[in-house]
Amino acid sequence: MSDRHPLFKPLIFVGGIVFGFGLGFSHMARPEVVLNFLQFDDLGLPFVMFGAAIVSGVAFALLPRIRDAAPLTGDPYERRLKPFDRNVLVGGAVFGVGWGLSGICPGAAYASLGVGNITILWALAGMFLGAYAQGYWRSRTRSGDTGVTGAD
Amino acid sequence: MVTDPVLLQAAAELFPNGISRYAVGGLLVGLGTVLIYIGTGISAGASTFLESTLSYVSNRSRFQQYVGSRDWRLVFTAGIILGALAFAATFQSGVVTSSLYKPGTTGQLYEVAGVTLWMTDVQPWRLFVGGILVGIGTRIGKGCTSGHGVCGVGSASKTSLVGVLTFLTVAIGTAQVVAALGVSP
Repeated sequence: MSDRHPLFKPLIFVGGIVFGFGLGFSHMARPEVVLNFLQFDDLGLPFVMFGAAIVSGVAFALLPRIRDAAPLTGDPYERRLKPFDRNVLVGGAVFGVGWGLSGICPGAAYASLGVGNITILWALAGMFLGAYAQGYWRSRTRSGDTGVTGAD
Repeated sequence: MVTDPVLLQAAAELFPNGISRYAVGGLLVGLGTVLIYIGTGISAGASTFLESTLSYVSNRSRFQQYVGSRDWRLVFTAGIILGALAFAATFQSGVVTSSLYKPGTTGQLYEVAGVTLWMTDVQPWRLFVGGILVGIGTRIGKGCTSGHGVCGVGSASKTSLVGVLTFLTVAIGTAQVVAALGVSP
């Protein structure tokens, strides 16, 4: 959008850099380390996910008490909760099989490219292919309701 | 402090690489999420990027619904890649060291222009087939490890907690079966 604050994208960029640095530092950009967790050889992974969840949780809880709206967008600080339905279970299970097979998830795959892992392009190609396949199929079965079903 | 030798040995077996690199990395991932949230009110997940970027090349309604966010999601992903590269140029290259960072032994290291880069040993077919399922599953399931795992759990969303529990359990089962079948790496 063109009417956004000039610092909007720079802030997203800086946030992404910190996020990606953290994924590299935590070795989540290495599929082997994720697989080692899933095979119970190294139980470090929950410290990454829940560590990050706690930090963001504190901010999500505190910010709405400090001010009403975000300075760069004017959007209110609110919880945008995703509605629960069967898709959360079905999609979660399909994601789980893929994660367990490859040891890679979307954010970690982008970071993996950054630490030099060219082989991860296989996973990224697969992710785009999978995302396209489900989007193609779901656009067809739900044609007509363009744009009203914001999943997130 | 834990000084019991039995407990110490158990901890060493469960956490052969310690926990500090995981905890510090997690705090940074959370900090990146928080920076974006403070400024914009957006709780950013990583997997929507897949669909929002497809909106540049496909007119399907599923992708076009993300037209409004596709530019900043591209910027977010570029940041993630560059942040990881910054990690590679510092800690991975050994230029910066810390008692909180323990280097790994997985995969292959190689050098380009003085930067130590890293490559996985995991077989391409696992990455590709797994990637397809990740692409399908995260989009049907409304989120991934960052959208559900970090942002969703952080906001105590029941949907996200169920999502995380689902993909974590299935992933553990899958990885155990794949390993039991002798597929390695």
